[in-house]
Amino acid sequence: MSQTPIEPSPATTRAAFLNGLGAAWRSIFAYVLVGNYIGIGALSYEFGFSLPWMILSTLVIWAAPAQVILISTLTTATLLEVAIAVGLSSARFLPMVAALVPLLKAAHTRQFQLLLPSHLTAISVWVEGMRMLPQVPRAERVPFYNGLGLGLLSAAVIGSVIGYALAARLPPLLATTLLFFTPIAILMSSARNSTTLIDRLAFVLGLVIGPLLAAQKVKLDLMWTGLVAGTIAYAVHRLREKWR
Amino acid sequence: MTLAEIGPYLALILVGFLPNEVWRVLGLVAVRGLNEDSQIIVWVRAVATAILAGVLAQLVLTSTGALAEIPVFVRVGALVLGFVAFLLVRRSVFVGVLVGELAFLAGAWMYGPPS
Repeated sequence: MSQTPIEPSPATTRAAFLNGLGAAWRSIFAYVLVGNYIGIGALSYEFGFSLPWMILSTLVIWAAPAQVILISTLTTATLLEVAIAVGLSSARFLPMVAALVPLLKAAHTRQFQLLLPSHLTAISVWVEGMRMLPQVPRAERVPFYNGLGLGLLSAAVIGSVIGYALAARLPPLLATTLLFFTPIAILMSSARNSTTLIDRLAFVLGLVIGPLLAAQKVKLDLMWTGLVAGTIAYAVHRLREKWR
Repeated sequence: MTLAEIGPYLALILVGFLPNEVWRVLGLVAVRGLNEDSQIIVWVRAVATAILAGVLAQLVLTSTGALAEIPVFVRVGALVLGFVAFLLVRRSVFVGVLVGELAFLAGAWMYGPPS
């Protein structure tokens, strides 16, 4: 890129950050995360972890599936087994961060400034970020995304504290309904975000191929789902461009 | 090594934070110098989208924990009803989530385990 690196003023950066923070709380995901993390807070209480430990786990891991695995296996499995299970559950972050960064960075962006945004990347933040970032001026995208990520992270922390406090008092039916928040929010937001053929095709193929591979007990089924479905969607997209 | 030997905080960093964070850092390193129009990025984005769909299918079809006690037709049915509502009401995520959750609550109440 040949544009001259112009750093935005601190005031612009602050405004972009606050815009991101506001966008987080206007997103349906803020409320989904509160609901989802009520479940995780209750789980930590049941397994005997302290409140500060549980909050720290959200801040440093920031991935609900990995946290559920960590909390429910740490007291019984060996540390190596836990580490492998957590690592396998989080491989999705590699392609997510890789797809995000080119959209996020401006000519003046340094590599270290991308560390916080990539740490803040979770499914919710990624889905909302990929949708909102094209409308944000490029120079303001990093602070905007940081605001978005920290806003959604704070929703999760609030939910987990509520869950920890409520723990045993939550009726099972309600607790189960809270767990259903995550899949349904992923479906709706992805459906709204998928406007191009390649996005829609990748999503639908992932929905079909994922369960097929899981049923065959394929190892690393999520990774293969991504590679197979994503590559087919990409190939169709390329062929279609060629024919036009 | 077990949890009792190293304590909960060191365990959190070693087997929670590190094996999770490594993927984010690898994603960051993998795309140094690429821009969003590059073909690799178009492909990587499709892969990430498909993985997300796979996560969704896994959460609904092969649920674990409390969700697993709700029959699969309730889980899938609630997802479909929510999606139909989403399409009917101006592609509203809020309406879709609300209808899906209510359908799930009703289904879980009728067909779930007695509480």
